[in-house]
Amino acid sequence: MSAHLHLARLTGAASLQDGGRRGYLRFGLSASGPMDPLAFAAANRLVGNPADAAALELGLAGASLRVEGGAARLALAGAPSGLRLDGEPLAAHRSFVLREGSELTVERPREGVFAYLAAAGGFPVCSVMGSRALHQRAALGGLDGRACREGDRLPLAAPASGEADQSLDPISLERDAPIRVVLGPQDDLFSQAGLATFLGEAFTVSNRADRMGYQLDGPEIAHGAGGFNIVSDATVAGSVQVPGSGRPIVLLADRQTTGGYPKIATVISADLRRIAQRRPGETLRFAAVDLATATRLAREAAARIAALGTRLRPVEGEAERLMAANLAGAAVDAFRDGD
Amino acid sequence: MTHDAPRLLPCGDTAFTIEFGSSIDAGLSARVLALDAALAQRALPGVVETVPTYRSLTVHLDPLRADPAELGRAVLALAGEPLAAVPSPRLWRIPVVYGGAFGIDLDAVAAHHGLTPEAVIARHSAPDYSVAMIGFLPGYAYLEGLDPGLALSRRPSPRPVTPAGTISIGGAQALVASIAAPSGWHLLGRTPEKTFVPERDPVFLLRPGDRVRFVPTPAERWDTLAAAAEAGEPVAELCEG
Repeated sequence: MSAHLHLARLTGAASLQDGGRRGYLRFGLSASGPMDPLAFAAANRLVGNPADAAALELGLAGASLRVEGGAARLALAGAPSGLRLDGEPLAAHRSFVLREGSELTVERPREGVFAYLAAAGGFPVCSVMGSRALHQRAALGGLDGRACREGDRLPLAAPASGEADQSLDPISLERDAPIRVVLGPQDDLFSQAGLATFLGEAFTVSNRADRMGYQLDGPEIAHGAGGFNIVSDATVAGSVQVPGSGRPIVLLADRQTTGGYPKIATVISADLRRIAQRRPGETLRFAAVDLATATRLAREAAARIAALGTRLRPVEGEAERLMAANLAGAAVDAFRDGD
Repeated sequence: MTHDAPRLLPCGDTAFTIEFGSSIDAGLSARVLALDAALAQRALPGVVETVPTYRSLTVHLDPLRADPAELGRAVLALAGEPLAAVPSPRLWRIPVVYGGAFGIDLDAVAAHHGLTPEAVIARHSAPDYSVAMIGFLPGYAYLEGLDPGLALSRRPSPRPVTPAGTISIGGAQALVASIAAPSGWHLLGRTPEKTFVPERDPVFLLRPGDRVRFVPTPAERWDTLAAAAEAGEPVAELCEG
């Protein structure tokens, strides 16, 4: 029997995601894929995978994992989550080998939402319509068309080889600055007051937040005289639609592909990961940028993902392990004091 | 029919929408589909996917391969040209069992319009519809061409689940539902045809621009047709024009 990763304990959301299922928007199927593409790519690169290989996306989740039938090279990246290997603290953003008989525990993230666990070779579940990404509403991809549950066994591709462990600087969640948007497509269906509310006030991520979209609480965004019903048109990842309640919904990876509410703005693609990493109860603000700025930022974000491979550093020895685990701060300070 | 100049609406840095109008209208839908066909023919660099709707075409792009503003202007210029309508060569004849447990709202719709259920069936199955938009959920085919005499605003509260294959109307729209989902539309009938099968090639039976005609089918035939559809046999009939 080939090796499996056993999800011995799981609280929170977990699904397999890869680069996404492209080409079906005109048939009503959104692409799915990772909510934080940068963290997802980092986890994959740490274990030597292509940036878009299938990985386990954990959403406000804690888990205990074991390998059965072999060993696995793994790495966790994204929302900072306590990681322990047989009880010993281990850094995220580095690869390591999980051997049969050992237990890996991932704690619920201290901040942010999504963390990614990648395994060398990916998770070779069936590819459906060109992708392994779970689209829950359509019951496609993932594990037999569903999310992961406690007790699941995820197939592993290849036994861990003898390659050196790699590390990356932690991926920042970039939580402080506003979420940047390009106004439109239907900003003209909102009153001046409505636009001022959207760009001037703070909003809170509600409990109605999942891979389809985040509904925000906060002041009502006023529509214009034309009301809030439009003949349905297409949505994109980042569409900020405002239904009659005046409470905006930011549509994300598993969104409905069309909708009949006016869309006041679109979150720029570079900031989709930043809003995805805000958890229920957290506040955020929006700021408008022009299309040229959004395009430049999209290109920078893509370049950052492309450069991950060149930023890998081998993990060597205990000092680096401690450093990576953030336990070495005191030792570094002591060294400086003595200099 | 409206012939306003099309508008370019930004949808962030990965898409834009060319909007031809704001209503459900055969002329608008034809212009959307004509632009969609023209774009497919031209294969402009950076265009990734297109999504036709009743009244607009959304173009998804790769901002690494094209400047969104430039590409938007180019497609807007194309949209302003007199593009030839592209009549679909494909007509689907889709069997529908109307009323009863298959279409629990048929009688209410008939009563609302002062028609007999048979008259509603006749009016609903008379036109050649056009698939104006596939969206909301995978394979949900929204049709243009509903008899205005059947139009009826949505139910005040949606039903939590309606079955796959549901044939319904909402406002001026008619719908072929691919999978089970909540719906606030009026359920007239159900087809045994499977319009979305992930393991099948093609995965989606209907394409934007296809024509659709509903064929009233006796309830006694449901089990046979459903079994055939389950076995992967086509139940709808494809007539190439």
